[in-house]
Amino acid sequence: MAYVRFTRHLHRYFPTLVDHEAPAVTVAELIARVNLRHPGLSAYIVDERGAVRKHVNIYVDGELVRDRTRLSDPLADGSVVDVIQALSGG
Amino acid sequence: MSDVLLLATRKGLLTFARDGAGGWALTGEAHLGNPVSNVVTRDDLWIVALDHGHWGQKLARSRDAGRTWEEIPAPAYPEGAIKYDVFKGTQTDATLEYIWVLTAVGTRIYAGTNPGALFYSDNDGSTWHFNEGLWNHPSRPRWIGGGKDTPGIHSIVADPRDPARMWIAISSAGIFETRDGGVSWAPRNVGMRTDYTPGDKTPEIGHDPHLVAPCPAHPDVLWQQNHCGIWRSTDGAATWVDIAEAQGPARFGFPIAAHPTDPDTAWVVPAHSDQKRQAVGGAICVSRTTDGGKTWVALRNGLPQHAAYDIVYRHALDVTAGGARLAFASTTGNAYLTDDGGDSWRCIGQNLPPVYALRFT
Repeated sequence: MAYVRFTRHLHRYFPTLVDHEAPAVTVAELIARVNLRHPGLSAYIVDERGAVRKHVNIYVDGELVRDRTRLSDPLADGSVVDVIQALSGG
Repeated sequence: MSDVLLLATRKGLLTFARDGAGGWALTGEAHLGNPVSNVVTRDDLWIVALDHGHWGQKLARSRDAGRTWEEIPAPAYPEGAIKYDVFKGTQTDATLEYIWVLTAVGTRIYAGTNPGALFYSDNDGSTWHFNEGLWNHPSRPRWIGGGKDTPGIHSIVADPRDPARMWIAISSAGIFETRDGGVSWAPRNVGMRTDYTPGDKTPEIGHDPHLVAPCPAHPDVLWQQNHCGIWRSTDGAATWVDIAEAQGPARFGFPIAAHPTDPDTAWVVPAHSDQKRQAVGGAICVSRTTDGGKTWVALRNGLPQHAAYDIVYRHALDVTAGGARLAFASTTGNAYLTDDGGDSWRCIGQNLPPVYALRFT
């Protein structure tokens, strides 16, 4: 299980969004599971090809994901994933 | 005449309405804090395109004239869609970068996007279809960005006589026409110039129309504000005639509005050249022709005539059905309205956010 945390900025569009645990072995799988719980949320994080949006950053255990195109970065049991807006987006 | 005016701004959708005393006042705000790149309405159906800085391009829909909103799916590029960068020589995945224009044609809603694609929806935006014919046009690898990194579609014009006929304009590639409902498209740029290119100034592809506006009552009459001047067609875009002023402000600019019934009347909001892109001489004017572009008159009554730096974007000028009421708004956050075809103007808003688009409902 990984634990995913979201920037408060996303709460404006998903008011019921809370940090939560989800079973996933890659970041891509985690984003897909998050989208099952909050339909439409993944489109805020990744584009229609599944690549992380230019001005969004995802961290795994404090480190930026390496694979921004496929989000294949592995997750360990207990990994903490942070989804935040990048300062480059203004 | 419409008594409701929508402003798509950098900080949300603002609604202005005419009050009982004949003035105009802000009556509604929606999506505050979010850039609204365009807005389209059909009766009480309002759809806005939201240009989130971080979260991508979204669409929101209201079925009660802006009282309540819901998010609806944004157009998505199909798997395998490739965009070209002619300068870098690269090909990369095409994904939705910007929703530049939304246009209602009957019950259908069209979206023009960056990188240059045309989408349509027959269910008020619940689902979107991708126009393969335009995307697969053999000239697309030569389309380039105009003001943006990638080419985009900003003008979508339907022929009210023929549902299979339509024109679109791309910055920068030019104008294209379909006569078979979007299956095939052909460039329609004869008579236009590309002053910004070395060598051939009249290529088939490579033009930068800033906006194409049709005369609804005379669909073969199309007006075009272009990067290199102003053009008019009276034969359904088969040929274009340069109608810019040789001496005078009506030359460079972004918006153009066509009179709804008079095929000889149109308005532009001139700007100082592509090098400066600001009000000409620090003074705002609207130029009007009533003779098909042979002559232009700069209308200044009620508009600031000194220390003005406003630029008006291509979708930020609109005219109502009667042709007497027009409004425009600038990236400096000023909005002006006329009830007499431009002879006199009044300011209806100042200190607004930069305005991207403006539409009477």
